[in-house]
Amino acid sequence: MSSNVPTDLRFSKSHEWVRVNGDIATIGITDHAQHELTDVVFVELPNVGRKVKSGEACAVVESVKTASDIYSPVSGDVVGVNKAAVDNPALVNTAPFGEGWFFQVKLSNAAEVEGLLTPEAYRAQIGA
Amino acid sequence: MGSSSLNMPLLRTPLFEAHQRIGGKLIEFGGWEMPVQYSSIVDEHLCVRRSSGIFDICHMGEVFVDGPASASFLNATLGNDIRKLAIGQGHYTHLCNERGGTVDDLYAYRLAQESYLLIINASRIEPDVAWLRARLSAFPTAADVHLDDASARTGAVAIQGPRVVEFIDQVFPGASTAGTAAVRVTDLRKNELGAWDFGGERVWVARTGYSGEDGFEVVAPGPVMQSLWTQCLAVGHVGCLQPCGLGARDTLRTEVCYPLYGHELDENTSPIEAGLGVFIAFDKGDFVGREALLRQKTEGVRRKCIAFRMTGKSAPPRPGYPIHGGGRPLGTVVSGTQSPSLNVGIGLGYVPPEFAAPGTTVEIEIRGRLYPAEVVRKPIFRKG
Repeated sequence: MSSNVPTDLRFSKSHEWVRVNGDIATIGITDHAQHELTDVVFVELPNVGRKVKSGEACAVVESVKTASDIYSPVSGDVVGVNKAAVDNPALVNTAPFGEGWFFQVKLSNAAEVEGLLTPEAYRAQIGA
Repeated sequence: MGSSSLNMPLLRTPLFEAHQRIGGKLIEFGGWEMPVQYSSIVDEHLCVRRSSGIFDICHMGEVFVDGPASASFLNATLGNDIRKLAIGQGHYTHLCNERGGTVDDLYAYRLAQESYLLIINASRIEPDVAWLRARLSAFPTAADVHLDDASARTGAVAIQGPRVVEFIDQVFPGASTAGTAAVRVTDLRKNELGAWDFGGERVWVARTGYSGEDGFEVVAPGPVMQSLWTQCLAVGHVGCLQPCGLGARDTLRTEVCYPLYGHELDENTSPIEAGLGVFIAFDKGDFVGREALLRQKTEGVRRKCIAFRMTGKSAPPRPGYPIHGGGRPLGTVVSGTQSPSLNVGIGLGYVPPEFAAPGTTVEIEIRGRLYPAEVVRKPIFRKG
């Protein structure tokens, strides 16, 4: 299966991606993950202001088939959420690395990002 | 993202390689490794509603019951009245225990004068066959009944959708050779079945299904299943035939409120509670569970299976979610999904009878929060 793995992102083993800009990390699920889910029909996001730890379940994505937890790959305060994905969950399928992002975290420990999978490592994990 | 993995040995159908070849996504279902989807559940669901889809249902069980006492044995064991079946006819029925609980729900076909075929659930093959054998050993004329569990050597496919009639006669050319006398497959009426030759083998073709659409189920020996599947897809393109997985099978049946064993029915739930009393023939004489079922029918039940749809924006309801009403917990969702036809959360669940009337407002608890839903008439989805 061919999945898109952008080279400017970091990844978690549980198929979230992280885009870092200054001290703000934007988080979503990968093309591989949306392909596995298919038919995303519901997205539930954390409240702005919530403190999250890396590895903490803080959002939910639901396809017709199943509900899956989304884990924050990094620690910090939630500073933004993607209301467009809540209103139109299909964006997660059509633009997983773009308009289908989930939430933004103000990093409390930027070093965590270095511990995440590189594009090459994630590509190897999913066999892409 | 959380995910699960397969970690126990699973059974495979004769079509397993075919599913792998076309990219079917495989999951565990009732001890079998089955395709849940090929393209997407929504795509496949809408394909069956609008044109046609083919499902691997080889995992289901087939039990042949033959002999001079087969009808009287089945009538003492099953809920519906087997005497209503002419040769080449089938109906939906239940295997109940003494308490009225459901051992399985199934389709019974009359193949010939003294020959019947039971199509049973994959997850229930062992308990059903054990149950039937135990009842048979206690049956006065057991020597006049022959029970043959053919599940392991028999496969089946379901071909469903409004455009199946455009190509099914090409898959099985000519007239039937047993069962209902039909000049062609499309002459079969609902719940009729006939035998056709395919690849040198006798296959049974029945006009029935589990999708709420017109369609057929084909029961055939395991070794011809691959060529049957391939042939259906080859001629089915005129009806836009697509392979469909268990995901779409589940959303299709949920929209039309067909029960799935282990969800709406189990050994502690009766067909009366499930709203399937019309399939119990109380006037045919004694059968297993009759007394308990009759008591439920006359005295009422403590819970009923409702159909509901979400009335606001919410996550899809799922099996196991609590149902609330009147400020208290009422029961549990047993089937639930996002309806691909209606694009709204729908489901089935059990509540006390006073909350079962269509129009009643209930609430579904999803991750600790309550979301409003309305009890609706079955089926939830009707073709406009």
